[in-house]
Formats: sequence, C-alpha cells, structure tokens
Amino acid sequence: MSELTYREAVTRALAEELEHDELVMLLGEDIGAAGGVFQATAGLFDRFGERRVRDTPIAEQAIVGCALGAAVAGLRPVAEVMFADFAGVCYDQLANQLAKYRYMSGGQAAVPVTVRMANGGGVGFAAQHSQSVENWFLNVPGLKICVPGTPADAYGLLKSAIRDDNPVLFFEHKQLYPTRGPVPNEEHLVELGRAQIVRVGSDVTVVATQLMLARAIEAAEQLAGEGVEIELVDPRTLVPLDLGTILSSVEKTGKLVCVQESPPAGSWGATIVAAVVESIWDSLDGRPRLVSGDETPIPYAATLEAAWMPSTDRILEALRQAATE
Amino acid sequence: MTASHLAPAEATEGLLDLFRRMLEIRFFEDEVMRLFTQNLVRGSTHLYQGQEAVAVGVCSVLRGGDTMTCTYRGHGAVLAMGAPLDRTMAEILGKAQGLCRGKGGSMHLTDVTVGALGSFAIVGGHLPFATGTALASQYLETDSVSVCFFGDGTTNIGAFHEALNLAAVWKLPVVFVCENNLYGEYSPLTSTTALERLADRAASYSMPSRQIDGNEVLGVREAAAEAVDRARRGGGPTLIEALTYRQKGHSRSDPGAYRAPGELERWMERDPLLLFGRSLIDDHGVAATETERMRAVAETVVREATERALAWDEPALEERFEDIFV
Repeated sequence: MSELTYREAVTRALAEELEHDELVMLLGEDIGAAGGVFQATAGLFDRFGERRVRDTPIAEQAIVGCALGAAVAGLRPVAEVMFADFAGVCYDQLANQLAKYRYMSGGQAAVPVTVRMANGGGVGFAAQHSQSVENWFLNVPGLKICVPGTPADAYGLLKSAIRDDNPVLFFEHKQLYPTRGPVPNEEHLVELGRAQIVRVGSDVTVVATQLMLARAIEAAEQLAGEGVEIELVDPRTLVPLDLGTILSSVEKTGKLVCVQESPPAGSWGATIVAAVVESIWDSLDGRPRLVSGDETPIPYAATLEAAWMPSTDRILEALRQAATE
Repeated sequence: MTASHLAPAEATEGLLDLFRRMLEIRFFEDEVMRLFTQNLVRGSTHLYQGQEAVAVGVCSVLRGGDTMTCTYRGHGAVLAMGAPLDRTMAEILGKAQGLCRGKGGSMHLTDVTVGALGSFAIVGGHLPFATGTALASQYLETDSVSVCFFGDGTTNIGAFHEALNLAAVWKLPVVFVCENNLYGEYSPLTSTTALERLADRAASYSMPSRQIDGNEVLGVREAAAEAVDRARRGGGPTLIEALTYRQKGHSRSDPGAYRAPGELERWMERDPLLLFGRSLIDDHGVAATETERMRAVAETVVREATERALAWDEPALEERFEDIFV
C-alpha cells in the first residue's frame, strides 16, 4: 500500500490505462499541457504526447460526441467534462446519444467511453460549479455511474470504467482531490456494481457516497462512543447498483439512512429508500430517512452553502433519531 | 474514382449502378409511404424522394472502411451505403430481422457492416459523432473518411458549430454534406437563417466549401470525390452544400401546404431521376429501353424486398431487455 491523494489515484489510473492499451486516449479542456483544472491529468501530456492526451476547444457537445464516434470506430476514449455541472451543456450527447447508441442500433457496436466529471460543493463555486449531478442520469438507462469516495476506489473504479465496453460516467469529487488514503501498490481493479461495507455495525444502515461518505464515517465514529453501531455501505457505483448488499444490511439493522449531496427529489437516495420499502418492508424497524441538500440551487455565501450541505451534525441528528426510534 | 478514369464499358456500368441505386431508393420511399397509409409503419417517417442524387453521388466515391452518419431522413443514405433493402424495410416495420432488431426504426437505421454508423434523430446530434470516427481514422492512420449528411436546419444548432470547429482545428478527415432542401421542418430557410449561401459558414472555420446542384448526381459525385480525396490525404474537412428539394412534406403529418404555388412543379421538372435518366440517354448512349427496363427491375426488387420484410417476425418481447450493455 501507498498513501496517495484521490487526485494522484486518478492520475495513476489514467497513466496505467494509457500504458496498458494503445487505444486509450484522453480528450478534454486544458487536460494537456495545463494538466487539467483540477490537475488530475498532470504530467500525462509530457509522458504520452498530444496524440493521446488532447486539448479540446470549450465545446462539451463536441467532446462527448467525438468520444462516442471514436469509440464506435475502435478507440477507447476518456473524455473530461471538467465541472460536472457542464453535463448540462452536453446533456443531449450524454443522455440521447451516448446512452442509446448501442440499444437503438440493436447492439451493433460496443461503446467504450468514459466521461470524467468533477462533482461537489462546499468550496464557494456557487450554483453552476458545485452540483453533484449523478442523479440527472439515474433515469437514463444505458449509462453506468461511478461515484468513488476514496483514493483506492477512484483508482480501481477508473481502471475498470476505462476497460468497460459500455459508457461510464465517472464522477470525481472536487473536495476529495487533496485527501489521502491507502492505494495498493500492485495493479488493482474494482468491479463495477459491488458495494463496500466500510464499517460493520448492527444498529443503523447508512448509505453514503463521496464527500458524504467521509462525513458519515465521522458521524459513525462519534456514535460508536455513545454505544450506537452504524453499518456504513458505500455503493461506489449507482449503475449498476449493488442493491443486494444494501438490502442484506437493512435486514440486519432494520434501519436505513441515505446521505447524499443533492436535493432529495429524483435522487439515488430516494430510489434506494423506495426499493427497501418495496422489497423488505417487514424488516424495517423504523422509517427510512434521507439526509440531503435543500431543494434550492446551491448558494454562494459560506454560511449559506454550509447550511445547504449535509453536515456531520445533521447526519448525526438523523442517525440518533433512527437509532432511538 | 471518377468515370473518366475507366474504360467506356466500365464507365457506363458505373453510371448505371448509380441510376439503379437512385431508382431503388425512390421506389423504396414510395413503398414506405404506401405502408404508412396502411398504418403498417409506426410513429413518424421522413422521406427522401427528390434528394436521391445527394446520397448516391456522395456514397459512390466511398470505399471499405469509410463511415457515414446521417439524419432521421436517412433511408436513402443508408441504402446508398449498401444496406440490404429487405432488412432496412424490416427495421422500418419494426421486425426482428430489421437492421437494428426492431429497436431503432425509421429514424435510427444503422448498418455497421456497410459503414452506415447511424441515423440520428436529434438535429445536429451526429456531427460531433462524425468527428469522432474521423479522429479514430487519424489516430489509427487508416486513411478512412467520415461522411456526415445533415439538413439546412442543422446549420443553426450549436453542435454544428462545435463539430465543424473541432474538425477544422484537428484537420480531421470529415466531409460535411449539408442537404439544403429549403425547409427546416415546416419553415422556409429564409425565415430562420440570415445567411443565404450556407456553404459560406465554412469560412468561419477556415474550411474549404462548395455549393453544388444536389439534383445532378454526377456533379455531386465529382464534388464529393474532391472532398473525400482531400480528407484522405490529410487535408482536413470540407463543407459541401447540396441544393436540392424535398418532394414530400417534413413527415407523415405534413402535407406541405406552406409551399408557394408552382414551387413543387418547378422542382419536379428538376427531379434527379428525370435529369439523370435523360442524361444517360442523351449524353452516355444508353438506350431508352434500358432505362425503362431498369426502372421496372428496381420496382420489382423493392416490392419483393418489402414482401419479405412484411413476412418476417415481430421481435420477441424479452429482446427489449437486450443490447443495453455489452
């Protein structure tokens, strides 16, 4: 194991896959000589050259559509859409073109495209550069969705995403880039569709991803001191979703809390609550809870934004209520 | 490849091949219209009668490995690439043996085996895709060319600009073919577009362009050959504006009532099949009986293909869960 930052883990995965497969190439805005606005592609342009690490115009429709066409024609492109909010600029390419190409053609071609995007708020970027937008795609069959919360998962999931023959939306969290964690020294792939039980407990099941995973761990540690044992599940990918692991955990604890950095409507948390209620209603010992952002755009001012984001205190409050119900 | 490079007999054979393809597309579209009126085709369809010279002229200069993308008015272009008539009709009928196993339909005809990589139903959505296939060609050094058909209305949507700029800045081997049929859906071009000559858009991307008569198949072929050759030699993209006319309405629900009186009649005198049929007789020494014979053969071939397609199976219900992921 080595201690790597989440950012270094992403860069290492990209470098290894560029090395591993000549058909892998990167395209995106400022990813080349500049190394990416989040520095996730730093050094790759110097190492692999402009043929394989390409700067594009500020043109997200062209970036995603070009990646799709290139994939159908035999390449394995990794596109970067910088801030995940910009998925709105190329939503047609993601939801109508990339997601549906294989289906509409009756399976005539594979579509091995990975689209990397930076999710997440809490750093004062206001409403158009702070969102976690994975929920925009939950209702679009044909896209796999990765939401890594640790350096090891960022590394192992990105490698699997690039090797996957299907379109994968890969959400990195911009607040996690500088965080550190252990990453295996040897090559390591994390299978898409396998949740991880981050912490074993018997009282309440918590499902959380990305930055919310870190806050849920803090909350769980604090509650352990109060004699409440949290079982913490990180789904790691939302499509495919490892519902089996979540259901098994809730069957054991009887309690469910989902923690997500987005408004609650139409969210993955709401989807998991619905699935649990529908399939294991009798196992529940209390009502499931969602801890979410507010149903508003993300505000700019530090105090307002902090109030919008689910804090460790808000998570603690929900967990205490669930545990004592 | 142009006719002048060939011996006379081969040259005539090539010309007759163009004529045959155009005839088949015309009869195919007439047949689709007939099936529509019988409620055998679902949803909407967008017919290609009147524009056959564009797809046939352009696709005739392509070779194996080249790729083509087009719009939801794409039956003609997909057939021009060599997709089989029966399986193409079967897709429009939603049959299991259709090109896309009945999952795409009229607007999404795709036959990867002949390089027809897709018909796209979001205006402009496929222009970025076309840059991608060209990028793969450049990256893999295969010399293949990406041809992209779209309508005049597409020149006003953002993806057009993004794709043409990207193709130009990366010198990608793409030939963008704008089929200017004078109407974007129900609206005449002049009411939606400030620019009169759409080929002039290429100047914004430092891209060579040509405006051509899209109803004259040999002229189309000559312009396409020049552009495809430039792309193949690494000279980058070209924008071709082919002036043509949509003889039918935008889709099944559109009778085309907005046309000026006499407009359709004037264009019917310039029908691409009429023009080329006459030219074969007058300029290329083909007997009138031969063009008539070809017409009858094409009509029969299309009718028989349609009958086969009609007899094929509906897709099995469980197939709807297939082809989402590999």
